[in-house]
Amino acid sequence: MADTHGKPVPMPTRETLPFWEGCGRGELMIQRCGECGQFQFFPRLYCSRCMSERVAWVKASGGAEVTSFTIVRRPVSSAFAADAPYVVALVRLEEGPTMMTNIVGCPPERVAIGMAVEAVFERLTDEITLPKFRPRNG
Amino acid sequence: MRNKVAIVGAADTEVGVVPDLSATQLYVKAARLALADAGIGKDDVDGLITCVSWAEPYVYHAEIIAEYMRIFPRYCITAPAGGGTTLTMLHHAASAIATGMCETILITMADSQVSGLSRDKAIEAMSTAGHPQFERPYGPPIPAFYALIAQAHRHAYGTTDEQRAAVAVACRRHASMNPAAQMRKPIAIADVLNSRMISDPLHLLDCSLVSDGGAAIVMTSAERARDFPRRPVYLLGAGEGHSHEHLSQALSLTTSAAREAGARAYAMAGLGPKDIDVAELYDCFTPVVIIELEDLGFCPKGEGGRFVENGRIELGGELPVNTHGGLLSHCHPGHPGSMFAITEAVRQLRGECGPRQVPAARVALVHGQGGFMSSHGTAIFGNEMV
Repeated sequence: MADTHGKPVPMPTRETLPFWEGCGRGELMIQRCGECGQFQFFPRLYCSRCMSERVAWVKASGGAEVTSFTIVRRPVSSAFAADAPYVVALVRLEEGPTMMTNIVGCPPERVAIGMAVEAVFERLTDEITLPKFRPRNG
Repeated sequence: MRNKVAIVGAADTEVGVVPDLSATQLYVKAARLALADAGIGKDDVDGLITCVSWAEPYVYHAEIIAEYMRIFPRYCITAPAGGGTTLTMLHHAASAIATGMCETILITMADSQVSGLSRDKAIEAMSTAGHPQFERPYGPPIPAFYALIAQAHRHAYGTTDEQRAAVAVACRRHASMNPAAQMRKPIAIADVLNSRMISDPLHLLDCSLVSDGGAAIVMTSAERARDFPRRPVYLLGAGEGHSHEHLSQALSLTTSAAREAGARAYAMAGLGPKDIDVAELYDCFTPVVIIELEDLGFCPKGEGGRFVENGRIELGGELPVNTHGGLLSHCHPGHPGSMFAITEAVRQLRGECGPRQVPAARVALVHGQGGFMSSHGTAIFGNEMV
C-alpha cells in the first residue's frame, strides 16, 4: 500500500463507489439525469433539480476551468507539510458541476482564475486514486 | 414576532486565555453573570439553550449545564454549531417565548479553545472541515475555504488586500477601546499586509483569534421585560438563510444567503439598512465582513471593499462595525463567537460602552454565519419598540 503519510483517505460508500472506481480507471465519473439532463456532483440518489430517480453515471470530459484557488502556505496538518505551498482550487467541469481539487503540474504562482485545466489521476493507495487537475496546455 | 421578545440580561466572562476555568465552568459563569445582570435567580429560568463544546463535548450538553446549575427547564436545546446557528437559536428562542412554550430563556455559550484544547489540537479539530471524500483529501485548512471566497471576490470586483486589511484595522481599533478584548494593540494596514501569508490572499491578521470565553443572555416576553431592572433590548426582526454546507456545492462564492437572512429580518422589523446605527458582523476572516456588508444591503454588490475604506466602519464613521473588536480582535472561542456580538449589541443599546459607545445608538444589527458562508442568521435589536 502506498504511504499516505497520514493524509485523509476517502472511504467510498455505495453512493460514491462508481466515482472512485472510475478514478481507478483514469475516468472522471459524474451523474446525469435521464429526465432533465442535469449533470451533478456530488453523487445523489435523486436529481437535485427535478427529483427524478433516473440518474446515471457518465464519463466527464475531464476538461474544466479554475473558478477560484488559493496557495496554502500553512498546511492543514503535518501530513501535508512536504507539499506546502500547494494549490487548493475549485474547478467547474465542462459539464457544469464544481469540484474541489489540487492544481498540479505547474508552479503555484502560475495558477489563475479562468485557467483551462484537465483531470489527471494520482494514486493515493492501492484502492484510491485522487483526481487532480493540471493546466491544459502543459 | 416584532416587539414580542426582549433581552433582559447579558454578560461575558473574561476572554482570551483563561486557564483557571474549564469549558463547563465558562458556560455556568457566563450564565450566572447574565442572571445577575437580569436581576433574577436560576429558578426563574424555564428554558435553556447551549452550544456544543470542543473542549468538553457531551451529547446532551444543555442537560449537562442544567444539571450543573440544578435547574429544571421545560425547554432545553443544544445548538450543534456556532456562527449563524447562534442567531438561529435566538430566533427559535424568541418563537418559543412568543408561542408560550416557555417564559424566560437563558442562552449560554462558551468554550476553552486555548486552555482546554491545545492550539495544535484546535487546528487539527478544525481540519475535519470539508467533505471527507471530495474536499478533505486535497488538504484545505479552514482559512483556505475563506481564501477561495476572497479570491473570487477580488477577481469579480477588484477587492484589494488593503480593503480586507481595513476590516482588521477597524476591529483592532475598537478592541483597543475595550479592556475586555484579547488583542488591544492598534494595528495599521501595513501590519496586516506584512503579517505571514497563511493561504493566499489571507494573511495572519486577516484571520480571527483562538480563545477561551463564554457569554450568555436572558430573554423573555416584551411584556414581562418591563419588570426587569435593566432597559429591555427588544428583538425587532430576525431571519435566516441556508444555502449549502460544503463550499464546493455553493451556487456562488461572492453572494451569500446573508441576503435572504437580512431581507427577512428587515421585513419583520419594518426597517432597512439606513436605520441601523451599529452592526456586529461575523468576522472569522476579513473578506466575510465585506460580503456581509453587501448582502445585508449596506452597499451595492461588489462595493464592499470600497465601503470599508477610510474609517467608514470605525467608530465615528458611517456604520460602526464590531465595536467590541469582533472575532478578529475581541475573542473567538469557536461556537460561542456570535454571542459576544449579541452581548455587545445589548451594551450599545443600553449606552454602557464608554469610550466605544456609538452615540445615541437605537437600532443594532447582528449577523452570524457558519460553515463556509453556509448558514446565516440576522437579528435586529432596538432599545425601543418600533
